[in-house]
This record gives sequence, structure tokens and C-alpha cells, in this order.
Amino acid sequence: MFKSLAPPEYLATIDTDKCIRCKRCIQNCGWSVYSWGGDRVLIDTAKCVKCLRCYHYCPVEAIQILDNPVRFRQNAYWSYHHIRNIKRQAETGGIPLTGMGSDQPYPVLFDHLLLDACQVTNPSIDPLREPMELRTYLGKKPSRVEIERGDDGKIRTTTEMPPQIKLEAPFMFSPMSFGSISLNAQKVLAMAAKECGIVMNTGEGGLHEDLLPYRDHIIVQVASGRFGVNPDYLNAGVAVEIKIGQGAKPGIGGHLPGEKIPLEVAKARMIPVGTDALSPAPQHDIYSIEDLRQLIYAIKEATNYKPVSVKIATVHNVAAIASGIVRAGADMVYLDGFRGGTGAAPTIIRDHLGIPIEHAVAAVDDRLRQEGIRNEASIIAAGGIRSSADVAKIIALGADAVAIGTAALITMGCTVCGKCYTGNCSWGITTQRPELTVRLDPEVYAERLINLIHAWSHELKEILGALGLNAIESLRGNRERLRGVGLDTQTLDILGVKPAGR
Amino acid sequence: MYTIDAKGMYYRDLNRLVREAISKGEKDLLLKNVNGQYYIGDGIRAKDVRITIEGVPGNDLAAFMDGPTIIVKGNAQDNIGNTMNSGKIVVEGHAGDVLGYGMRGGKLHILGDVGYRVGIHMKGYRRQVPVIIAGGRAGDFLGEYMAGGVLILLGLDANGKPIAGDYIGTGMHGGVIFIRGDVDVRRCGAEVGVMEPDENDRKLLKTYLEEYCKDFGLNLDEVMAKEFKKLVPVSLRPYGNLYAY
Ligand code: SF4
Ligand code: SF4
Repeated sequence: MFKSLAPPEYLATIDTDKCIRCKRCIQNCGWSVYSWGGDRVLIDTAKCVKCLRCYHYCPVEAIQILDNPVRFRQNAYWSYHHIRNIKRQAETGGIPLTGMGSDQPYPVLFDHLLLDACQVTNPSIDPLREPMELRTYLGKKPSRVEIERGDDGKIRTTTEMPPQIKLEAPFMFSPMSFGSISLNAQKVLAMAAKECGIVMNTGEGGLHEDLLPYRDHIIVQVASGRFGVNPDYLNAGVAVEIKIGQGAKPGIGGHLPGEKIPLEVAKARMIPVGTDALSPAPQHDIYSIEDLRQLIYAIKEATNYKPVSVKIATVHNVAAIASGIVRAGADMVYLDGFRGGTGAAPTIIRDHLGIPIEHAVAAVDDRLRQEGIRNEASIIAAGGIRSSADVAKIIALGADAVAIGTAALITMGCTVCGKCYTGNCSWGITTQRPELTVRLDPEVYAERLINLIHAWSHELKEILGALGLNAIESLRGNRERLRGVGLDTQTLDILGVKPAGR
Repeated sequence: MYTIDAKGMYYRDLNRLVREAISKGEKDLLLKNVNGQYYIGDGIRAKDVRITIEGVPGNDLAAFMDGPTIIVKGNAQDNIGNTMNSGKIVVEGHAGDVLGYGMRGGKLHILGDVGYRVGIHMKGYRRQVPVIIAGGRAGDFLGEYMAGGVLILLGLDANGKPIAGDYIGTGMHGGVIFIRGDVDVRRCGAEVGVMEPDENDRKLLKTYLEEYCKDFGLNLDEVMAKEFKKLVPVSLRPYGNLYAY
């Protein structure tokens, strides 16, 4: 057999002295790296993706997954991955795929932004003893509010409030479809969303009936494949999202590989078992802002005017596009930065198209303010939110809330190995293989995800307290409380942020 | 029959009146003087309801619709039956672009010509089989990305002109297209195989066309007299070899 000239990335190794032959590694590896050789475990290391499932389930710490020390000769220009990809492409003629967000060393603006804090002249607030408001309402806000005094002497508004989505904290879970992730993973998201008073998003793959009890915490998505979309679906959740693009693969559609389309997924999507589920690159009924408006209102008409979100990848012209989306009638604009995750995308697209979320949020917030329509829609920022600090920074840049995907999957065991597109995820997350998905007990992992949301909420409160603010509302678009370090003048200008020291 | 005069009416008001009438139990509605109002029948869930439209309904007629029958006494515009779930639409004239996008069930019968990108990504699952039949000619990208369902194009008054445009069935990975007359394979997507219908196909065609001919008072034998071609995807995974894993 022809041995690939692309050397394995990782070396799975077992210390045979420590190994007690329990064979758990064989059971646990979704990629079939291990097999039983009669007296010892055999290793096919070329298949290893360093997901670390085997390591965690080895009872005697016998396993080590090493980065293969055999690399091509060090070259600052022709990197290991350039050479390796060419070899793989020479062997297959195919497009290398990847999962998760871009791992390339582009500058990370989050890491060049610092938050303010109170000292002496303005008091900070202790969130442990004083009320601190994280509650967030997403949706159109009226440009003016009329009030009147009722007969009972109480003041009330007479302005009709457009429909709002109530979040107990400025988080939501980013869209991940049944098909790209397992039903159990979706259940984890739904249970945690309900418990935390936030929302999850079905992605484009229909709504499994098991999620119906969580419908008050679900946004349903309509994308180019229109999978699973019927009137019940549109009305099932608190809002409907039209997906135009995804940060990891702006401008291209989705191909859910046939390996991830067993019966249940085929049923939800209404396509034959084992076909690739193809989501066309554009929605062919949307070639313009006017067409988008038509779909937004078709959905509103079908749902008695539920809020509609429009999700786009952040591309160069994002501010003008977002303005068009708001004018087309969207209640929310979901911006997905180029670091955003994916279940499957061509690596070349993921790593070279789009712009970071930090620039995009600043530009969109500016533009909508300049045009006097910032109140017409909420901005949801996503695409590489790694911590509550990122959350605070992006909100200060102008977002109303964030959506998290990768961080949520990490609570389920994900190690960001990036091989989600194979359908073999050993953690039972991005796979439909029943023997793998049963590993993900929704109750157990929902608890962990709830912990994460609570922990980030506490941290956010601490940050707000240090800033002397008692509501997340006061941080929104409050760029005065941010400073840049090591950023050039132009970047600072785009972000609307002063350099540290000013 | 419950009549609404739509003359000069804003689409939201018209559609609200339609929904209210249906929820009050009206089964037979007549909309007069319709002139481009969008979204008629959008998202309506009701069986045994019949809506007759006089005039030209606007875009997104019957989007997401689930159950009713809509009869259009004239031409119709774009996006009819967008992601429709069940029910029937009969257009006694021509219709525009992007008909039946992502259609999941129900029937769309059009007497005349249809525009570009008709039947994109139609789906089907077991007994839920959406059907689009157009009596005239079609523009480019007929049945693009088709994943299920049945698309029938008759080209009744084609007079030797090509019945369908270019790129028929590009990206097709499910469902079937029947075209009455010859198909130039150069006009088809690479994912499409062209073949002769077999006995079963002909039976199927006959059932579908029987209903269609009845809707428009056409002669079934004449329609069936000409040979059909059957277009199906050559692969369930047209892009299976595109990637290096
Ligand atoms: S379980 Fe994961 S880390 Fe262990 S051998 Fe398999 S792929 Fe490699
Ligand atoms: S979801 Fe699974 S396959 Fe994807 S990166 Fe995480 S561990 Fe790897």
C-alpha cells in the first residue's frame, strides 16, 4: 500500500510497562487508532487527531499523545502545514477540510485591548453586596417612548414595544445544527439555555421533537438548504434567524458529509440517508437587500411578527451590509467574525477570508449610530469569544450580546482538535455514530455548561463592579472604558478606542 | 363564498383579513382586484380551505403554506411556494422566478411558462413528495440542488424552442425531473443522468398529469402522447470526492 508522504501530525504512544491491557483506549478512540494485537494494543498513529479522549480514559496514565517530532526542515516561509497540505493535495486532488475556527497567528485584537477600572475619584461597586444587572433585551427598540399618567396615578408607556427576547445575561449559544452536532449535544445546549435564562439556536437542521420542551429558549434558523423549515418550526421558538453566512466560511455554503446523515438526521432534514446535505452558497431567493426584506417579512407574516435575526459573516463591507439588514427590517444582526467555529469548512477559506469580530462590531455600531438606526436592531457578536473578558470588551465596542459555540463545546469535552468534519468525534459531540453520542450524557454535561455561564456571569459582574457600573447596559458601546496597547493609530481609529496612557 | 376586495389594500391588511376569515371557519375565499400584494397564504395552516385570486398576486405567494388550495386566475410572480409544506397552488397563467424553493410537500401547477431557478433544493421524505408541474418552458437552473420531489416540465407550446434553459439540475442529489420532449445533455449539470422513463415512471407521470390536466381542462392523452425524458442524480454525493480528509 502507498504510504502517505504527509507525515502523521501526532504520535499516539502507550507505555507498555504501565499498560494493564484494559482496552479502554480501543473503545474510546472514535478514529480507530487502536486495535487489539493479541497481547498488546496496536497503534495506527496516522489516524490520531489529538482529541485526548484515550488519554482521559486510560486509568494508568500510560498514554501520551505527542506532536510528531519528525517535521519537515524548519522554514520560516514554507511552514510545516504548507508543505503537508501540498502533499495531501497531491495525493488526493481534494480540498483539505477543517473544523473549528481559524488557528492561524493573525493578530488578536482582544489581546490588545484593556478595560478601565475605578480608583479614588469614582467608587467601584462590589457585586457581591450590591445589585448588578446583566439582563439583556434583544430586538428593536422604539426611537421614542410616549408616556401617560393613568387614572390610578401611575405612569405607563403608550408606545407599543416591538417583541423582545429576554436574556438573563448577555449570552446565547451559537447555531449548531442537528447533524453537525449530535442530538445529545443540542440537548446540553437547550437544557443549559433554559436553566440560565438564555437561548440556544437550532442551526440549519430542523428542530428535533426532544427539544420542544425548551422552545422558550430556542431560536430557529432558516438557511439556504431550508432544512426542516415548516410553519410549526418557524413558530416553535422565540425568534427566527436567517443565516446568510458563517464567519468560518463566508460566501460559501455547507456540505454536511453523508457520514453524518443517518436516519434521524435524514428525517429532520427531509433528504435521503447518506447523501451529503448541501446548503447552497447563497439563498437563491436573496440576491439583494430588497430580497432579504422580502424573506424577513415572509417569515414575520408566517409567525405573527416574531423577531427576526440575520446572521452574516464579517466581511470587508460589513458596516454597509449591516445597515442594509437593519433597514430590511431585521430585529437583530448576528455578526460572525472570521475566527468563528464550524463543523466543516475548507481550510483555505477558513483561514483567509473575512475580518475579525472586533473590527466588525466597532464598524457596524458606528455606522448604525451615524445613520440614526442603532436602536432598530440589536447586535450579536460571535466568532472566537474565549472568556468573559472578551465578552466585556466586545460589548464595550458596541455589541448587545455574544454568542458562544466553541466555548460551550469545550465544556462537553471538546479539545478543539478541529476534526469535527469527519463525524468521528470521540467526545460524542460532532458525530452521529450512536456508540459515540451515548457518551455525552445531557444531564451531566448541561451542568458543566451551566457552571460556565454562571462563572462568566460572575466575572462580568466583577468587571462591571470594577468599572463602577451596575448594569451591562452602561458598558454597551462605552468605548471610553477601553484602551488599546500596541495598536497602530488607524486600528485605534477604527475601534474608536484611545491608546493606553491617554 | 367569502369575498374580499383587495383593491389598493396594503398587503399586511389583506393577509390579516384572510387569516381572520380562515380562523373564523371560512372555507372558500375570493380575493378580488389583487394587484401585487405579497405573502398571500403565507404560513397558513388549514386543510380544506380554498382561496381564489383574481388579479396578479405578488411575491412569496403561499410561502411556508401548510394545507390550503390557492387558485390564481391569471399570472403570478416570483417565489411561489417558498418552503411550502403542503397544499396546492394552481396558476392559470405564467409564473416568475425561484418557484418552490426548498419546497417540502404539496403541489404547484402552472399552466404557462416559469422563470429561472425553479424547484431549487426541493426535498422529499417518504410520503412527503412535493410536485411542481409547468405547462410551458422554464429558464436556467431548473431543479438546482434538488434533493427530492418531482419536477415536470411540459413545454406544451414550445414550438421547437428549447423547453428548459441551461444548467438543468446542477448539484442535484435527489428527486426526479421529467421533461416532455428531448433534453440536450449539454444543458444539464454534470450531476444529472438523462434516461428513458420506465413503466413505473410512466404510471407515476400519468397520475400526476391526470390531476394537472383536470385543473386546466387539458387533454391527458395529448399531453402523454409525446415521449418524456427522466433526469435523476448520478450520485447521492455529487461532491463526495471534492475533499481531502
Ligand atoms: S482517542 Fe483521540 S488522542 Fe487518543 S488516539 Fe484516538 S484520536 Fe488520538
Ligand atoms: S467537537 Fe470533537 S471533533 Fe470537533 S474539535 Fe471538539 S473534540 Fe474535536
